[in-house]
Amino acid sequence: MVKRFKQRDIISIRHFNKEELLYILDLTKRMEQMDYTDILKGKVLASLFFEPSTRTRLSFESAMQKLGGIIIGFADSGITSVAKGESLSDSIRIIEGYCDIIVLRHYLEGSAQLAADIAEIPVINAGDGANQHPTQTFLDLYTIQKTKGTLEGLTVGFLGDLKYGRTVHSLAYALAYFGAEMFFISPASLRMPRDCIEELRNRTVTCHESDSLSGISRKLDVIYCTRIQKERFADPVEYEKVRGIYRLNKALLEEMGIKNNLKILHPLPRVDEMDESLDRTNYAVYFHQARNGIPIRKAVLSAVLGAIE
Amino acid sequence: MKHLDVSAIKDGSVIDHIDSKSTLKVADILNIRNEEQVVLVGMNLTSKLLGKKGIIKIGGKIIDQKEANKIALIAPNATVNIIKDYEVVKKFKIAVPDVLEGIVKCFNPNCVSNDINVVPKFNVASKNPIKLQCHYCERFMGTQDIQLI
Ligand SMILES: Nc1ncnc2c1ncn2[C@@H]1O[C@H](COP(=O)(O)OP(=O)(O)O)[C@@H](O)[C@H]1O
Ligand SMILES: [Zn+2]
Repeated sequence: MVKRFKQRDIISIRHFNKEELLYILDLTKRMEQMDYTDILKGKVLASLFFEPSTRTRLSFESAMQKLGGIIIGFADSGITSVAKGESLSDSIRIIEGYCDIIVLRHYLEGSAQLAADIAEIPVINAGDGANQHPTQTFLDLYTIQKTKGTLEGLTVGFLGDLKYGRTVHSLAYALAYFGAEMFFISPASLRMPRDCIEELRNRTVTCHESDSLSGISRKLDVIYCTRIQKERFADPVEYEKVRGIYRLNKALLEEMGIKNNLKILHPLPRVDEMDESLDRTNYAVYFHQARNGIPIRKAVLSAVLGAIE
Repeated sequence: MKHLDVSAIKDGSVIDHIDSKSTLKVADILNIRNEEQVVLVGMNLTSKLLGKKGIIKIGGKIIDQKEANKIALIAPNATVNIIKDYEVVKKFKIAVPDVLEGIVKCFNPNCVSNDINVVPKFNVASKNPIKLQCHYCERFMGTQDIQLI
């Protein structure tokens, strides 16, 4: 069943069932195919970024403007009353009087849920600490659906920092609806959190864990690659040891053996985990993925503001 | 008359079938340190159900819902008996509610519920063993992570 999107908060991927995810992907396709200029004319979006972001913030703002809406807000809370010690709850109570919808990024986990509990108007979570970032997951799903032709029954490898990578946790959660088989490939210190694995297994996902792609690569339909952050390692020697293993390049992959129609995603920004030799191949869909941020966010904004059904 | 392992009280509450190791934790929830009336604590008593159990008897006190909810998290098998004039007048098994508000603290230091003026809230994902999911940060906590407020 698809619950109404009008006036709905978009907080966590856990709040959406399979039909609702497919519904959003469907709206996104319509956004790409048709011109919806001005359907959000007169609507005001408050874009509240308590933490820096370029892609998410700019794509929300661009999507809103392309649909004829207006944006207020800030990209740096240092210049607002928050800097004077105002609580998040108070900020939300006040700002909701100035707008029709709030897009919030905040470093505290659960902040978007708190804002949604307080505000009468809908709140979209644009990232709450290490917790959720649902529109990123929508766009990851959309990219897979579009480039693979389906979301059903795929074999997906997640590679890199699986411990702190919230995009991985959410995407794995969503793909569980579609009968995916999952391979989690990471250094031992950056494995998927036990809770995530347990939750997936309870939902009958076949999960495999390993520390290398070799022997697995030829089974995969999709590789979802993430950045390994140097800051995560207490010991720089440990970092040096792992960084090489997860640096993908075309020659290495083809030597290990991969499917011809393998697709590689990455939430970006990348450091050196994906070599530029991959950029112009048919495997690479990460730039495409980044561009899907616009139609996805157009779809979410218009559905939540009731401009489209 | 029936033999009582721990002696009788006239009026009050008896918390029975506490997992023996958790007895003193339950005693803390009930704040017996500051209790002025009779308090009797028994530990390592034999129990058919639990092997070893603990019992706490507090004179003059009727356990309230909030205390019962807290006890449920620590001692899921506990029963509460309300005593009036040496007789058990009410008996109930403690149950973990579906939602806990203002009872436990989230163990995630980055959770917004640890910010000032936010009342922590958990959905109970599983009752036995206890598993709580934070309404805000969505993290799961097991018994070992539970910190009562
Ligand atoms: N007057 C009393 N004073 C203190 N404890 C009592 C009193 N009456 C019963 N109890 C205790 O309360 C618990 C429940 O009593 P009861 O209903 O008689 O037994 P059970 O639950 O074992 O069938 C038992 O642990 C018993 O020892
Ligand atoms: Zn929390």
